[in-house]
Amino acid sequence: MDLEPLISKAKMASAGKTGGWRNYRPVVDEELCTTCGVCTEYCPEGVIVNGKIDYDFCKGCGICKEVCKQEAIRMVLE
Amino acid sequence: MQRGLQARSDKDGFRVKKLLTSNEAIAQAVKIAKPDVIAAYPITPQSPIVEKLAEMVERGELDARFVNAESEHSAMAIIHGAATAGARVFTATSSHGLAYMLEMCWWIAGSRLPAVMAVAMRSIGAPWNIHGDHLDIILLRDAGWIIGIAENAQEAFDMTLQAFYVSEEVNIPFAVGIDAFTMSHTAEVVEIWEPEIPKRRQAYTVTPGQEIAVNAVTLGKARMKARYDLALDLEKSAEVIESSDAKFGNHGGLVESYRLEDAEFAVVMAGGWCGDAKDAIDLLREEGKKIGLLRLRFLRPFPKKAIKKLKQEVLVVDRANTTIQGVLGLEVKACGLDAKNVVAGLGGLEVGVEDFYAIFKRFVEGAINEVEWFL
Amino acid sequence: MIYPGNASCQGCPISLAMRCLDEIENPVVAMPAGCSTVIAGLHPHSAMKLAVVHVPFASTPAVACGLSEGYKKLGIKANVIAWMGDGALDIGFSAFSASAMRNDDIIAIVVDNEAYMNTGNQASLSTPLGAKTTTSPMGKRIARRNVGLITLAHHANYVATATVGYIQDLRAKFRKAGKLEGFRFIHVHAPCPPGWKFPSEKTIEVARKAVMSGAWVLYEYEKGILEFSAVGKKFLEKKNRIPIAEYVRTQSRFALSDEEIARLEREIDEEIEILLRFKKPRDSNS
Repeated sequence: MDLEPLISKAKMASAGKTGGWRNYRPVVDEELCTTCGVCTEYCPEGVIVNGKIDYDFCKGCGICKEVCKQEAIRMVLE
Repeated sequence: MQRGLQARSDKDGFRVKKLLTSNEAIAQAVKIAKPDVIAAYPITPQSPIVEKLAEMVERGELDARFVNAESEHSAMAIIHGAATAGARVFTATSSHGLAYMLEMCWWIAGSRLPAVMAVAMRSIGAPWNIHGDHLDIILLRDAGWIIGIAENAQEAFDMTLQAFYVSEEVNIPFAVGIDAFTMSHTAEVVEIWEPEIPKRRQAYTVTPGQEIAVNAVTLGKARMKARYDLALDLEKSAEVIESSDAKFGNHGGLVESYRLEDAEFAVVMAGGWCGDAKDAIDLLREEGKKIGLLRLRFLRPFPKKAIKKLKQEVLVVDRANTTIQGVLGLEVKACGLDAKNVVAGLGGLEVGVEDFYAIFKRFVEGAINEVEWFL
Repeated sequence: MIYPGNASCQGCPISLAMRCLDEIENPVVAMPAGCSTVIAGLHPHSAMKLAVVHVPFASTPAVACGLSEGYKKLGIKANVIAWMGDGALDIGFSAFSASAMRNDDIIAIVVDNEAYMNTGNQASLSTPLGAKTTTSPMGKRIARRNVGLITLAHHANYVATATVGYIQDLRAKFRKAGKLEGFRFIHVHAPCPPGWKFPSEKTIEVARKAVMSGAWVLYEYEKGILEFSAVGKKFLEKKNRIPIAEYVRTQSRFALSDEEIARLEREIDEEIEILLRFKKPRDSNS
């Protein structure tokens, strides 16, 4: 039997390059960033590692800016 | 039935005759099929099936996990989950229980998971009624299940074993219907034997470590394709049922023909009451009336071929109705036959040999209307 | 346990909680329809780095039970997770209750965004008093059902509340649940930006204010004894709490009178009082 209609396979970008949804882009000030990892923990997308943001998928929610204790992230209009 | 019995023997030739109700016969068959997981919620008149199985599990006679569900919806959901994991599964229900679990019946069929369910066929309210008709099992008609209806306890036993084999061969769930009380609670001589059933097979299983999703939201053609595949495979399951018939009791495959060879009149029916109908046919035969019976052993796959072959005048006697007419009557008509239809025996209303004799007599006399209710 | 580029909304608490599933070994997820289904990916794609079995609403804990029973019989090691929203919990409550009482070997995780969000924000039994939804447009006039308390009354094997606002605490609870056996329930508070009407960057702040005000109490119940979680402990004392009005003001969904605000404050005290009884071992409970 054909399983194709029933089984879906895991992949990145199941909903496409969601970076295109962004209105505001989070920008990390490397001077201020201590790579403490709090933004990594709270990013709903899991697209921040060591203060580096994957803009292909970052939806620009702004949570990283809010949780950053160093205030090292600002939101810039796209 | 005797012909079937003689042809039957397992590899050791070990056969035991027991006096069993159809409920007990099904429980015995399930034990032989060795399911891994059984889940159920009791309902009259199927409860003795799962009670017996619970007993077998507790006594250590059956190495299965038995789950007491809090509803039929959950019972079907539990066996759906267990089947997804790769387990051989069984449940049983009746009436409102089947209605309550219907969502999951669609889901397990759509998921193409093998499973076996016994249905002690009982009326659905309102008003309340615990007795037999086929209104419950007919709910499964469009869900994509194989639906077998046995005539007696021996057939219930054999069909249940065949159900595990066929279901796992074609990846479609299988319901075995028996009539409420007249079969479920009526003891008959049953020959118990142990055919070999291959190990559990199924199209896919879900296990830890896989990065897959089963039954995610579909768009476009996928849903249409899945439904088409199921319809096609359900049709094709007829071949598996026919080819395994000899192994599971020689009951005739999708249909049983009774005195049809030279008949000018054919009655189409399903279920336990066919025994009484056969007696009525014998009486009419003694009077020289050329009448026979085509007993449908399966409602799905629908025995279209055998029905289309009928060249006789046809009467369908139904134990379930749509709001237009009898369900089988409608389906036989859909095969292109101009069949007469009698709806009878709802809610266990007694239809005895003499009643069948009267109905059939009017039929051969051309006195039956297109649709009639036998009240 | 979720790949980037999934369909979650901006600031979604559910995708954040889904990420934390990597704390649980050998996971298989049973998932009913809801926001999670859409986030988990539309056919032929899956966004999840694990096996997902999509199921009808009311069946979720029961399907999870079946998966778990099947794996046990076949000797397959697995942590079966019934991942639900508050909607599936409503319609599947009898299955949930039965599963808890049978002590099924599953982890039931409810990501609670306090309304049926995927279908457009209709009121659920979790929707709090005063919250406006499309089926309570003037604000719900019935209090929320406290599922944590109900599950404690089942004396379930493991019961925890968590929140996306304190992600390390949530991860620790996922981790612990993954190492235990039997029925495990984790109720995750999941503030929803579009549903609760607050900006997407405020998910964590709203979640934390729920804890700080006492609207969401964090605890774990294990081996018959309840412990309040360290991260929220100080807010058990009234003097340390922020007023509930301050939490309510973070969102535009509420329409509450002063009396109702007072009622919410009172209910927090009542909940804590009941929870305190579960701090004693069960035998001395009577």
